[in-house]
Amino acid sequence: MENESKSTTAEEGSESGAPNPESITLPAGKPGGSRFSARPKEFTTISGVPVERLYTSNDLAGLDYDRDLANPGEYPYTRGIHSTMYRGKLWTMRQFSGFGTPEDTNRRLHYLLKQGQTGLSIAFDLPTLMGYDSDHPLAEGEVGKCGVAISSLADMEILLRGLPLEQVTTSMTINSPAAMIWAMYLVVAEKNGADWKKISGTTQNDILKEYIAQKEYIFPPQPSMRLVVDTIVFGSRQVPRWNPISISGYHIREAGSTAVQELAFTLRDGIEYVEWVARAGLSVDEFAPHLSFFFNAHNDLFEEVAKYRAARKVWARVMRERFGATDPRSWLCRFHTQTAGCSLTAQQPYNNVIRTTIQALAGVLGGTQSLHTNSLDEAWALPTEQAATIALRTQQIIAHESGVINTADPLGGSYFVEKLTLDTEHACLEYFDKIDALGGMVPAIEKGFPQREIHEAAYAYQKAIERKEKIMVGVNDFVSDEKRPMEILVIDESVSRQQQRKLAELKKTRDNARVQSSIEALGSAASSDQNLMPYLLECVRAYATLGEMCDVLRRAFGTYEEPAFR
Amino acid sequence: MAANNAMPEKPIRVLVAKPGLDGHDRGAKIVARALRDAGMEVIYTGLRQTPEQIATAAVQEDVDAIGISILSGAHNTILPRICELLRAEGMSDVPLIVGGIIPDEDIPVLKEGGVAEVFQPGASTEDIVSFIRDRVGQTRAARR
Repeated sequence: MENESKSTTAEEGSESGAPNPESITLPAGKPGGSRFSARPKEFTTISGVPVERLYTSNDLAGLDYDRDLANPGEYPYTRGIHSTMYRGKLWTMRQFSGFGTPEDTNRRLHYLLKQGQTGLSIAFDLPTLMGYDSDHPLAEGEVGKCGVAISSLADMEILLRGLPLEQVTTSMTINSPAAMIWAMYLVVAEKNGADWKKISGTTQNDILKEYIAQKEYIFPPQPSMRLVVDTIVFGSRQVPRWNPISISGYHIREAGSTAVQELAFTLRDGIEYVEWVARAGLSVDEFAPHLSFFFNAHNDLFEEVAKYRAARKVWARVMRERFGATDPRSWLCRFHTQTAGCSLTAQQPYNNVIRTTIQALAGVLGGTQSLHTNSLDEAWALPTEQAATIALRTQQIIAHESGVINTADPLGGSYFVEKLTLDTEHACLEYFDKIDALGGMVPAIEKGFPQREIHEAAYAYQKAIERKEKIMVGVNDFVSDEKRPMEILVIDESVSRQQQRKLAELKKTRDNARVQSSIEALGSAASSDQNLMPYLLECVRAYATLGEMCDVLRRAFGTYEEPAFR
Repeated sequence: MAANNAMPEKPIRVLVAKPGLDGHDRGAKIVARALRDAGMEVIYTGLRQTPEQIATAAVQEDVDAIGISILSGAHNTILPRICELLRAEGMSDVPLIVGGIIPDEDIPVLKEGGVAEVFQPGASTEDIVSFIRDRVGQTRAARR
């Protein structure tokens, strides 16, 4: 081999003006060329978990099929939540999108539905995520940049224009102001004559992972948890098909956690929500069937598959054994998956299509219920329409061409995958013990425990990259000097001006006395223990803005600053 | 340069700040830690600092360099404002370094406005450490 690669160089091939078909040419003179024989000293997953040379039945001594795995659709659901899995129903292809004005995003949503997307998923801009209107001073430079700008019911009416709300399911990535944005969605449905009993979708509404990882919080943990509980209680009675929360590990992983930390912190957050809602007086089986989860899909295919399988098993046991749920639907860990944004490279961006394909495959082999595939240009900006289309096509190719959907849990029974699943489960339970010992997730967050664990993992990974113990193609090896080969989406400041104009107009034309009284009613309800959803719905119907609703609650609840980072 | 002096150099003080509404602080915290590991004193402002708060902190903490992390796309609005405030405070020789999602085409404009260097996704912490060391070394030498 060595001789062959030496005797035929790229230069020889080009000398004759045409490549010699006999000569197999290895790329010469590139920085990565020396790596053909360089092998890692230690084999580990991307999370740093050691991997053995070979796994055999010896690694699975004590594994009991019925107890630890069971057939798909049977407790503890390690192999999947449905007996037929994708033979019965494919996962929902749900591409997250949102940018610019509500008009811009409405057009993109219609486009994606036309391309065969089967569910909607809306991204909001940072001012909206932080409960500020587009005309707030802190919104300067941020309006419409990372998602769509929504300041009032008027914007939500435009965003959802022409969408069949009883037919599509809509996921909204909104957390601190989830109750307000959901209220806007519900009022649009009401005005369009769509029955709240028939509409379905998901509000992310997972505030705990905001304190842990994504850091888009407004209020302190206690009143924030109260808002979450209010939406879950209201939803279980008034909007029974809605998933009022999507308990999310995605952002925990993006912040640099390991796969195990992502799993453990997410499921432990889930436990925290169940405890809080149960304390509010609902029985577990009244709301648990509508809890849903959201995980990351990173590059390490088997580690990810093991994570999803362990998630189902751990959650089923938690719900049945820890909480005594008796409705089998309460035991199911239903989840959405998104490919890992943090794995995308700004360098050689077309490589991101391949990364995303591997990650999407992990989600599908892991039995996800819905999937978002990232676009190749997302290390630079929100995706262009063309890039978003390739991302959707990636899912369609996996679904319709690869054949992996033909049988449930195709990796089940692999010595390696089963061992990884067991190890992931055990490591997750160890974290549960640590967090229980801290008094639960809210006290653990207040002490900075999960934040520190994630930072340690993120720093270790960065060091591994810089020491080349882990390779990122195009970043720390196989580097080239190419310039960015494609156009990126640019959101300019005209979006901000347009949104501010609309807000000024709204404030002139709405019934300001009604706004005033509904906001005051919300303020006094906040200092009682009443469910805030009916008050928020009244504010929304009066066209009170998101900022007005959040401001009155900021006064009632206070705001949160995270403990200092040392 | 100062390396010939018998007196040990005062440690480099760096302000690491996250302006704007974005909460993604993975990068800012990794850089802060790497600078500390390299022997620098780091003051991390925490999230959602206004340009005014950042400039004030830079003055009060008497820093040798400022690192800004920004991923939200608001850099063209926020960075010129910070540069302007630093000039008004007489701190234009304090290098302002930016990390985050900054497209190539925005870099020349930002540099013209006073940004010393932009580190794009994939940059190594070692490169950031040596850039700050070099620049602060030059500034200190010039002040002597």
